[in-house]
Formats: sequence, structure tokens, C-alpha cells
Amino acid sequence: MSTQEESLKKFQQRIDADEKIEPRDWMPENYRKTLIRQISQHAHSEVIGMQPEGNWVLRAPSLRAKKILLAKIQDEGGHGLYLYSAAETFGVSRAEMIQQLQEGKAKYSSIFNYPTLTWADMGAIGWLVDGAAIVNQTMLAKCSYGPYARAMLRICKEEGFHQRQGYEIMGKMMNGTPAQREMAQDAMNRFWWPSLMMFGPPDADSAHSAESMHWKIKVESNDKLRQRFIDRTVEQANHIGLTVPDKDLKYNKETMHWEFGPINWDEFWTVVKGNGPCNHQRMNHHIHYHNEGAWVREAAMAYERKISAN
Amino acid sequence: MNTQEALLNFCLRLADNNMIAAQRLAEWCSRGPILEEDLALTNISLDLFGQAENFYEYAATLQNNGKTADDLAFLRSEREYFNNLLVEQPNGDFAFSTMKQFLYAAFAKPLYEALQASKDETLKGITSKAVKEIKYHLRHSSEWLVRFGNGTEESLKRSQIALNELWRYTDDMFLMNDNDKALIEAGISIDLNTIKTSFMATVNEIFKAAHLSIPETNNIITGGCNAIHSEHLGVMLCEMQYLQRAHPGAQW
Repeated sequence: MSTQEESLKKFQQRIDADEKIEPRDWMPENYRKTLIRQISQHAHSEVIGMQPEGNWVLRAPSLRAKKILLAKIQDEGGHGLYLYSAAETFGVSRAEMIQQLQEGKAKYSSIFNYPTLTWADMGAIGWLVDGAAIVNQTMLAKCSYGPYARAMLRICKEEGFHQRQGYEIMGKMMNGTPAQREMAQDAMNRFWWPSLMMFGPPDADSAHSAESMHWKIKVESNDKLRQRFIDRTVEQANHIGLTVPDKDLKYNKETMHWEFGPINWDEFWTVVKGNGPCNHQRMNHHIHYHNEGAWVREAAMAYERKISAN
Repeated sequence: MNTQEALLNFCLRLADNNMIAAQRLAEWCSRGPILEEDLALTNISLDLFGQAENFYEYAATLQNNGKTADDLAFLRSEREYFNNLLVEQPNGDFAFSTMKQFLYAAFAKPLYEALQASKDETLKGITSKAVKEIKYHLRHSSEWLVRFGNGTEESLKRSQIALNELWRYTDDMFLMNDNDKALIEAGISIDLNTIKTSFMATVNEIFKAAHLSIPETNNIITGGCNAIHSEHLGVMLCEMQYLQRAHPGAQW
């Protein structure tokens, strides 16, 4: 057995024994690459996600709503920060990751390529999008890579709060005026299917799943996580009088799961490939303000150099 | 002038200053020069919204007519807002926003400190919490100005341009009207001229370290405490108050 094979065998044994892999440990090149891709994508998602929510900060309808939304967006930015740090444990810098994002080499969650059109969308994002994220991240907290798993644990706690505030917005609007109820249902109609797509393609078509499961980067499959989210969320929707926009939705008493209609994967791939309603806008915004801030970063670095020279 | 009315008006001025400054800072959300700074600016914005809320709640209590803090924030028009002109000025670049933040904090800090001697316990309570936050805001903006002054030629130039533009609105913060007179007599508020020394000491210290000079200008604009604003405020309120105005009576 070659040294490489020997190392791989030991690595797999550690994975199988549920040990955490730490930055200095030996790991297969593909394990490293997959995690850089996944963690940086996750970090970028947090940062790009600030845009659709930021779109409503200035128009939030009460002092309380404003404070909660702003605090939530701040949390997302904070998640971005520690996810970038988790990815940096592989020796890749935040600047490089941002460059990859801006060159279109790194992706972010497609859900943020949909526009936030009304205040109810703040409810839908908190409840559905963060709700889906929690299901995924609770799984990722069991990931084999130590720094990522630990970041997830911390993030999950805050996401729980985000989901409750989103659900509260929806609940209040469903209890409100006819116009508010209409807005809430409309947000539900627009965000339901894209939220289901957040779990990624069906297991049979998922490009990275098998290897990721083998290495416990993922410990549960896309379809299983999606089902868990649906089972949870349908009940919540019913509770506040929202209709899930799926005519095929029905409860199966034997499996104790909600069965759902076909997901439009063509739409999913269209958005992933850059042709969703806001892909262009989100990336332009990110590049524009990154460039606008270049002189600030230069000034800060020049100042640091002067200070350390003295 | 009835003291209660004067106090209500003064609370609204303090609330409006924080509300409008916070709203401007919130515009930076997802637009910061670096992620850490995006978070710092929204953090300061969040502090100021919190302060605004405390002052509005007190104002609502004083008014005692069933109106809430939200009604005061979201249902008054531009001729009923009493914030200083400085805080409503558009954000400009990062140096401009930092300068605005700095000048406001350099004024609010000695004001809140002086209000610790107020005979009004509620005002004392709100400002004693606020002063801790404003100290951090002042430090944050001061540090950036010093960085700009000693960073690159461009950063120095940008912060000097910001100062040249914004200095004209600083006198407005010290402008007083009959409300102030009534509150000074009642021992509730202070003569704002008494904190000008402290304000000037702070700005002179930081401007020296940041290689900035105060412009000589006769173009001094005032009016905020009498609700005479620049054109910018009305536009801000349109955006900020849109949902409350479009859906009267709705709960969010």
C-alpha cells in the first residue's frame, strides 16, 4: 500500500469513527476542495443575502420591526465573517474568495436571486428561507470538518431566532387587514418553491452528494432534508391560515409525511446558471460597493503600515 | 411656554435626531467598504434606533393622547420633525458619512453627559444609557478620521471635502428656541452653548490628529429645531413612513 493509500485509509477510519478533522490534519485533496467550495459558497450566501433584506430596512413599518430586521441582517453578516474564517483555515484568503465570487467562479444560494417585493417577503425569508437553512445547517453541525461544524452550531442558534421573527411577521399579517393577508399569501406563493429548491437537486441528480456523504461533509441527503422541512412547514402554514401553493400536497398517514408535487428543476437550473431575476443585480451591487470601498481599504492599510513602521 | 410641552418638544428633537441619523446609517447596509464596517455601521444604526425609541416612548407618555412611539416616528411630516440638519444630509462616500457621524457624536456626548444633572428622572435615565453608546460611536468615527488623515492622499482629501461640506450644519445643533429657555429655567435641560466648548475641544483634537482644518465659511445653515429642514428630509420620510401611511391603522 502506498503512503497515499495508507493516509486515505486512516482518514476514512477517522471519519467512520465520527472523529472531527482539524485544519492541520491530513486530508484528501478533494475533501479540501469540496469544503472550500461549500464553506465559501455558504459565506457568500450570508453576505449576498444582506441585499434582499437590506432592501426593506429603510421601509420597515415599526420601530420594533426595524430593529429586529437590522439585527437579523447584522447576524447574517456576522455569519459571513466566521464562515470566511472557517474557510481561511484551508489557507485561502477572504480576498481570494471574494474575487472568485465576483468572477462567477464561486456561487451563493440561488434563493437570493429572487426579489423582495413587499414587506411580507421579510416574513417569508425569515420563516421559509431561514427555516430551510436551519434544517440544512443542523445537519452540517454534524459535519466531519471541525471548524465548519463548530461555526454551524453557533449559526443555528441565531437562525432559530430569525425563523421565529419571520413567522411572527407572517402571523401578524395574516391576522391583519385584507391587504396584509393578500401580501402574506403572495409572498408564500413566490417563496415556497424556491425554498424547496434550496436543498439542491434530487439525490439521483446531485453531483457532489455521494462523496460528500462518504466523507460526512453531509450526513443526510437533499431529499431527506427537503422532506423534513416540508413536514415542519406545512403545519406552520396551516396554523396561521396560509395556503401552501401546491395542489398535489397531501398527508400520507402511513409514511407520516406530506407528499408534494413536482419541483420545477428547469427554473432551479436557470437561476443557478445566472439567469434568475436578480443574479445580475446582486452581483453588480456587490462589485459596485466593493470597488467604491477600495480607497477606504487602501487608506486603512497605508495607515497600518505607517503605524507599524514607527 | 408650558414646561410639559417644552419637554415633549425637546424629547422629539432628541428622538428625531437619533431616528434620522439611524435611518441614514442603515442605508449603508450591504454597502460597506469591508464586511466588518458594514456590521459596525448597522450596529451604530441599531443603537440609535434604540435611543430614538426610548425618547419617542417618553414623548408618547408626555403627550398622553393615545398616540404611540410608532405614531410619532411614522406619522409626523417634515414640518413636524425637529432633528438637526446635519443628520439628514445624504450619506455621500464613507468619509462623508464618517464625518457626519463624528460631528453628531461629538455634540451628543457632552449633551447626554450634561443631562445627567437634569431634574427630569426619565430623561436622565435614557441619556445615561445612551451616553455609553455614543462614546463608542465617537471613538469609532474618530479612529476612522485619524486613519484617513494619515492614510493616503485620497483619504485625506475626501475627509477634508466632507468637513468643508458639513461644517455649515454644526451651528444648527446648538440653536435654541423657547422650548430650551423653558427647560433651562426648570432645570430639565441645559444652555446648549455650555457644551460648545466640549464639542470644540473634541473636534479640534481629532482634526489635528487627522490633519483637517475647519473651513472658513459664511454659509451657515440652521433651522432644524424649528422644523425648517433641507429638501432631503421629506424624501427620507416618504420612504421611511410608506407602509404606515399606505395602510392606516394596520398592525405589523
